[in-house]
Amino acid sequence: MSAIFSLIRRDLALAWRRASEIVAVLIFFVLAIVLFPLGVGPDLAVLSRIAAGTIWVAALLAAMLSLDRLFLPDHDDGSLDLLMASPLSLEAIVLAKCCAHWLVTGLPLIVCAPVLAILMNLPWEGFATLVLAMALGTPTLSLVGAIGAALTVGVRRGGTLVPLLVLPLVIPVLIFGVGAVDGAVAGASVSGQLMILAAALLVALVLAPFAAAAGLRLAAE
Amino acid sequence: MFAGLGFSLGSGEALVLRGPNGSGKSSLLRLLAGLLRREAGTLTWNGEDVDDDREAWRVVFAFAGHADAVKPLLTVRENISFWAEIAGAGTARVSDALARFAIAPLAEVPARFLSAGQRRRTGLARLVAAPRTLWLLDEPSVGLDADATESFAALMAEHRAGGGMIIAATHIELGLDDATNLVLG
Amino acid sequence: MASILHRFANPARFMRLSAILLPWAVGITLLTLVAGIYLALFASPADYQQGETVRIMYVHVPAAWMALFVYGVMAAASAVGLIWRHPLADMAARVASPIGAGFTFVALVTGSLWGQPMWGTWWVWDARLTSVLILFFLYLGHMALADAFDDATKGARAAAILALVGVINLPIIHFSVDWWNTLHQPASVVRGGGPSIAAEMMWPLMTMALAFKTYFVTVLLLGMRAEVTAAKLRALRRTQVAAATTVAAV
Repeated sequence: MSAIFSLIRRDLALAWRRASEIVAVLIFFVLAIVLFPLGVGPDLAVLSRIAAGTIWVAALLAAMLSLDRLFLPDHDDGSLDLLMASPLSLEAIVLAKCCAHWLVTGLPLIVCAPVLAILMNLPWEGFATLVLAMALGTPTLSLVGAIGAALTVGVRRGGTLVPLLVLPLVIPVLIFGVGAVDGAVAGASVSGQLMILAAALLVALVLAPFAAAAGLRLAAE
Repeated sequence: MFAGLGFSLGSGEALVLRGPNGSGKSSLLRLLAGLLRREAGTLTWNGEDVDDDREAWRVVFAFAGHADAVKPLLTVRENISFWAEIAGAGTARVSDALARFAIAPLAEVPARFLSAGQRRRTGLARLVAAPRTLWLLDEPSVGLDADATESFAALMAEHRAGGGMIIAATHIELGLDDATNLVLG
Repeated sequence: MASILHRFANPARFMRLSAILLPWAVGITLLTLVAGIYLALFASPADYQQGETVRIMYVHVPAAWMALFVYGVMAAASAVGLIWRHPLADMAARVASPIGAGFTFVALVTGSLWGQPMWGTWWVWDARLTSVLILFFLYLGHMALADAFDDATKGARAAAILALVGVINLPIIHFSVDWWNTLHQPASVVRGGGPSIAAEMMWPLMTMALAFKTYFVTVLLLGMRAEVTAAKLRALRRTQVAAATTVAAV
């Protein structure tokens, strides 16, 4: 168990020491949002109508950008081989790396989201739900993204393939994430949407490590 | 890839894999390390089939492949400590490993400043920091100068004298003259 | 189970079997296709509301069914390939994928054509069309992944894992798209494929569905035969390279 924490700590240390990579993803998130007012015009009523959707879409795209770093560096320098030959189970290794990945990319997105919600004129009623829904949804993005990253780790330029593989699979997170925020803005109960997001997270927690591990084993052969 | 391959190794013994490039020396080592699937045949340790308890098998060997698995952003000590912790051995023997591979002065240096030989030694230092009975080595001396190679040969002899076993793919003489040779390809 | 499957794992045996089956498959496909088109175009009534354009349904609905059916076959073949390491199963999944994508594309285009006279636009985001569109992307991803590997066997296996993940996700995606659709209530859903179809419309529909299924089997057999030959070529090339290397070493 302490070995798992060592892995998480190492991934966090590596991310911290090359923080520019994480910041780049965050800047992409903000930039993507900023493009919308520039594209659809500054009418606050229109922006507030599309706020929830655009924030979530931008979050999905930013998450896709960051998946490259999940397995590729370890695969390239032989660390993945050593991890697979270690006493740790590959599924546990995948979970540990997803955890570190979320802490480094998902969490900053969640923290940034309220600022972007202001930019997009999201009504106040939606803010708390936005943060909560993203807290439930972004780990799922990391986990399902890990499947795509694992399947393409041995492929040349696999990074460009990952969004194509992962985005269709995370559409439910998008739909219910936006549904929750829009519901909160409308004053309706959103416990249903949040529970579905939570359920999706649980399913991903259980199944994604196995699929990702299978992909990593394939790449090691 | 392989067919009709058989060997056995006892305590203190060494096996050297020989053969031309592409004959499968690396693949055989990876297969022993569990990274490649075995389609047929059995692998036993102390009479027990390795497949029956893979967890138990993974704490028997240490694997050192072509790549060093050294992270440029971590210091030498952090790199070695990480692998020791992953192997479940804790950090008790890390200082020992640093001394043994003559990289103690570099302990707090980030690995990106190291030369190729120093990086190799940092990678191999795992073998001392997390002691294992069987060493699976794929061209361990690549990148090492003559002194370092001699040192490593001495380390291997010590390991065998203490009952350890070595399976190595190598072109260089590493003091393994009395080892069994397995020619592939 | 494994032994039954492995009796059919031999590529040479597959080539022999498929050579026998293929003429029959082609024959049945042509027959059912001709019958289906005749029934669809001539022997069935026009809809009192939509007029003649309802006939597009006889292509659109079976195509949408096939899009799902082929994904199911692909997932099943992938599972067999992963669990029992059956070489032909991986191949079958890989060959089925573009066929499924083709059906999906046909469903999307015919859906658009069917709806245009009614909606006045070429596309609406109703639940079924949106689900089929997402399915299209799942197919494209599957094809892209299988193609991206230098080693075709690895590519087929990676795609197999993706197909299984996709098949688990499909009901979730369908459920969420349905929910999303009811939330936003766009233009009326293109009817058809539900129990409200008149009996006279059932016959052409089912015939076309059967025709599409046999078409799938025909093209699958053809594709797998091509894959088996391609695999043989790759193996030949590998031995050629190995022979050249050993000669050079001497």
